Amino acid sequence: MVNHPIPSEVARANRKPKATHAAIGGTLISPFTLVLGALITVAMYFMAQRFMYGLGAVTNINNGYPWGIWVVWDVVIATGFACGGYAMALITYILNKGEYHHLVRPALTASLFGYSLGGLSVLIDLGRYWNFWHILSPGYAQPGSVMFEVAACISCYILVLWIEFSPAFLEHLGLKNVKAKLNKMMFVFIGLGVLLPTMHQSSLGSLLVVFGYQIHPLWQTPLLPLLFLLTAVCMGFAIVILEATLAAIGFKRDIADELPLLSKIGKIIMGILIAYLAIRLGDLVLRGHLGKIFSSGIKSLMFLIEMAAFIYPVVVLSTPANRKRLSKLLGAAMSMLTGAVLYRIDAFLVAYDTGPGWHYFPSVPEMMVTIGVIAIEVLAYIVFVRKFPVLPGHSTSTAAE
Amino acid sequence: MYDDTEISREIETRFNLERRDFLKFCAAMAATMGLPKGAEAEIVEAMTSKERPSVIWLHFQECTGCTESMLRAEHPTIEKLILEIISLDYHETLFAAAGHQIEAAREAAMKKNWGKYVLVIEGAIPVKDGGIYCKIGGKTALQLTKEVAEGAAAVIAIGSCASWGGMPSTPPNPTGSTGVPEILVGKPVITIPGCPPNPYNFLSTVVHFLTFGTLPAVDDKGRPKFAYSRLIHENCERRAHFDAGRFALDFGDEGHRKGYCLYKLGCKGPETYANCPAILFNDVGSGSWPVGTGHPCIGCTEKGIGFAKPIHALAELQNQRPPVGYPRIEEQQGAGASIGAIATVAAVGGLAIGAGAKLVGNLGKSEDGQDSGKQG
Repeated sequence: MVNHPIPSEVARANRKPKATHAAIGGTLISPFTLVLGALITVAMYFMAQRFMYGLGAVTNINNGYPWGIWVVWDVVIATGFACGGYAMALITYILNKGEYHHLVRPALTASLFGYSLGGLSVLIDLGRYWNFWHILSPGYAQPGSVMFEVAACISCYILVLWIEFSPAFLEHLGLKNVKAKLNKMMFVFIGLGVLLPTMHQSSLGSLLVVFGYQIHPLWQTPLLPLLFLLTAVCMGFAIVILEATLAAIGFKRDIADELPLLSKIGKIIMGILIAYLAIRLGDLVLRGHLGKIFSSGIKSLMFLIEMAAFIYPVVVLSTPANRKRLSKLLGAAMSMLTGAVLYRIDAFLVAYDTGPGWHYFPSVPEMMVTIGVIAIEVLAYIVFVRKFPVLPGHSTSTAAE
Repeated sequence: MYDDTEISREIETRFNLERRDFLKFCAAMAATMGLPKGAEAEIVEAMTSKERPSVIWLHFQECTGCTESMLRAEHPTIEKLILEIISLDYHETLFAAAGHQIEAAREAAMKKNWGKYVLVIEGAIPVKDGGIYCKIGGKTALQLTKEVAEGAAAVIAIGSCASWGGMPSTPPNPTGSTGVPEILVGKPVITIPGCPPNPYNFLSTVVHFLTFGTLPAVDDKGRPKFAYSRLIHENCERRAHFDAGRFALDFGDEGHRKGYCLYKLGCKGPETYANCPAILFNDVGSGSWPVGTGHPCIGCTEKGIGFAKPIHALAELQNQRPPVGYPRIEEQQGAGASIGAIATVAAVGGLAIGAGAKLVGNLGKSEDGQDSGKQG
């Protein structure tokens, strides 16, 4: 049996003695957090309306468009954003690249909130939300349904994420014994933490496969699950770059130590994106729908914007010099994220045509709820990194005060 | 075999009717009352051979709708039968006579048939201020009721007004309108509520009395059980729509035009006992009753519902429940983007792209600064 190095030990060997995870402390009240609070308050108001007067009072969804942005953004896109934990666990534990270990926990934190709030959004979006628990009760399962697969996987993954993240709590609460016991079992949850997102991120694409001709041929393909999975992994890596940069700027931390790792992640993103573009365009050629890129009106326009957002990072990241510059990495990551967001919005809403007469565009209250959910996510991340040992502990003097 | 040669001859001379039509009428009466097989023969015998009972018909606070309804009963020449089977000795609408003449006729009929005549009362009786709000021949309705009821073999209150007060007793009930059973306490009164009541419910009651010498079985409100023991809801032709959750929500909406259930428009069918959907009105075939024509039942046979509960108010469901979830009647297909929504998308999108570009730009500048610093 080959004796693989243990990721955490490799990480420890690679780091300076003091560099472990640490809470960065500091005040929670700032103009930025106050704005977040205001946005959350507005969202709460509309959410209360939704629970008092029903979905129709707040959203524009209808029986032709039962999925609005609360599903497409808060679940499909938000869980994509939350793939940072998945992507880092994949590379650190499955591909056994120990040097990325200290990026896992911050990524996991974002995943935790992304998925938990995605699950919460489903609850808000469900007409009969009080039946939510049925998804965890085998008696109600309809195993032939793609939606069941997605819902069950996401529900389980949320639980797994909390367990994966719990060492940070246990450290904070001083429960060393529990933490030690949990660590022995952790490989099971890490395994699940990679398996479950692989399953449901691809199933988000399968959801659209079963829509058949109702999805425009530029997006509809039997390869949708693969394309969704590739973009999800890519989003995970891109979000790690974005997060690291924003944390460095927002909390005034030095990022020089992490930069080489981020460059490598940039290279991975480039590789996945090339594969993605080749598969996507090759599939269009093989199915004979390439001409539709220019002949489908607004859908063509959206497709081209989407493609541009995917191609830009490939071009930028193909130069090794660019991969060493944080600004280029960040620009590429944000462009990649834009492309992935548009891909999901386009596939679920723009490309979807369920017949004459049906319309959907999100209402303002509906969007305010989504914005509020994002605000909750950002605020919770800020609170967590300030209060719990999440970020790699090489904080600058400002934060240490 | 029942021999009716004699009877047939008498029918033809007395009622000027084909024997066959007459038997059909008797069979219909028996069926309406749910009487056992063979009862129609008894009815035939009773109606042809028995002495015609004297009937005194009093009108008080009412619109004469009940009488109008009676006259429009379309079983073969019903008006002839009602005039020939019984001896109608007093009826303000139908009598040619007037004034002292008719009052004298009433008194004479009462004297002659004391203890045997049938009293029918149409209309409510005002009791406030000594009952002065309704007078006939100088006597109040209250006085007349008590006077005539004293010698009556049976008292029938026809219509909702006579049964409990009906429309004249609608709150605040300024004249103190009261139903016959409350005036004639201690005397059994059959009530045939309805506005108007179905004429066959009245006729069947009279024929029952004529045939068996007794009044039909009644419920706690004095209503014949053969007509008033089932909720309208139970036999309603729109019931399937109720069970499927398909409701008209507005007069003239798509559901209304498609004949969906009227419960949500305030139909009182689920709390009103009457046989309207079973025997219908006017003998013109299906749909000839209020709910059939698209109007919610107003509950005219129920005290406290008809003329008391607002027409739009929902009925109290007695023994049926509608399903928990309803399919939509008018499908909303969604509207396009509002200006506010587009503005919000533009603002959020612009902010995100702008902030991203600014961030990348600033980062690039600081990197350039570091690079030149290193070189220098």
